[in-house]
Amino acid sequence: MTDKEPLFSTRNLKLLTTPLNDENPITVQVLGICSALAVTTKLEPSVVMAISVVFVLAVSNVVISLIRNMVPPRIRIIVQLTVIATLVILVDQILKAFAYEVSKQLSIFVGLIITNCIIMGRLEAFALGNKPWPSLLDGIGSSAGYGIILVIVGFFRELLGAGELWGYPVLEKIGIYNIGYEDNGLMILSPMALITVGIIIWVQRSKNRELIEEN
Amino acid sequence: MENLINIFVKSIFIDNMIFAYFLGMCSYLAVSKTVKTSFGLGIAVIFVLVITVPVDYLIENYLLKEGALIWLGEGFADVDLSFLSFIMFIAVIASMVQFVEMVIEKFSPALYNSLGIFLPLIAVNCAILGGSLFMQQKEFLNITEAVTYGLGSGIGWLLAIIGIAAIREKIRYSNVPAPLRGLGITFIITGLMGIAFMSFMGISL
Repeated sequence: MTDKEPLFSTRNLKLLTTPLNDENPITVQVLGICSALAVTTKLEPSVVMAISVVFVLAVSNVVISLIRNMVPPRIRIIVQLTVIATLVILVDQILKAFAYEVSKQLSIFVGLIITNCIIMGRLEAFALGNKPWPSLLDGIGSSAGYGIILVIVGFFRELLGAGELWGYPVLEKIGIYNIGYEDNGLMILSPMALITVGIIIWVQRSKNRELIEEN
Repeated sequence: MENLINIFVKSIFIDNMIFAYFLGMCSYLAVSKTVKTSFGLGIAVIFVLVITVPVDYLIENYLLKEGALIWLGEGFADVDLSFLSFIMFIAVIASMVQFVEMVIEKFSPALYNSLGIFLPLIAVNCAILGGSLFMQQKEFLNITEAVTYGLGSGIGWLLAIIGIAAIREKIRYSNVPAPLRGLGITFIITGLMGIAFMSFMGISL
């Protein structure tokens, strides 16, 4: 990238938008599923988790990109892990101080952002070879692609499983229970997160046939 | 003794790393194409868990917890370093994985050849860090319990990855709807396996 290139050139914008669909970290690249699914029983923790990952990935991408020429390749993994772990400790302490209830619900999964493969993957694949500004955009884009899936899964699981959205009893207000509708308790249980993601992948790939895999 | 068996069975079946907490999902999905390689990865995970969980247990209880530094003298009684636990645990895991890799390479080249490629992958496997963080949350009484927990969750992970690999080997011959092929169907099968594993819920010894 030369200095003449505008900040939001098409190439830079692409870094932001492709991870949302064509190269989605979860449904296409299969990264970062570990710490994602367990937090999606409700909408609120999913959104908090998504924001935390956006923060950690964007900042660590910039930091690694800034020091990329100073770090000897042999020890880069441990340097990356240290940067990530420091940022995650920050997020954890902030959550504990200002959103204690959510932090209790997320329990160990805040800590597990450290081993989220999206973060290591983007640092290795992008930040090590690019300047800070594109790295920032790439970080925001990738983690937003991850966050979108999280929020979709959280939305459906809370709506169908508990009949609420963000703790607000939506279905009760509509009055759907009066005509015999029941909450599907299965949606709250962990296996349904996997099946929901499976269905999202199904929908996405039916629309975007290029993504279909060989068996 | 009864307590140990309880922890062991619970960590394999009820609190299964994959089906209950989705830990180690990345390598679980990426490496489960054949039974043979997934067995190798599973063994490596057990190996590393059995070493890192007790080491992290010692660090947690003698360095980080509030009052853990009391062995240094009265003045350290109210030092609370627990906010450092993430960075300590991940450093221990990364260096342990490196160390285990070197030891295996030196003493058992055959084992090294079969595990070799998987060991570095394990440093960023969430199941390992998850094991240590759950250990911290469950507040085990002594180090034997921590070892049992590490062993149990490792075996649970091994069972899950072998199960999915066996199913994926067979599903190659089935006519899966095109958009579901590969990743999609693997997710759904894992979900169904998880529902099956839920029948173990409520077991306590």
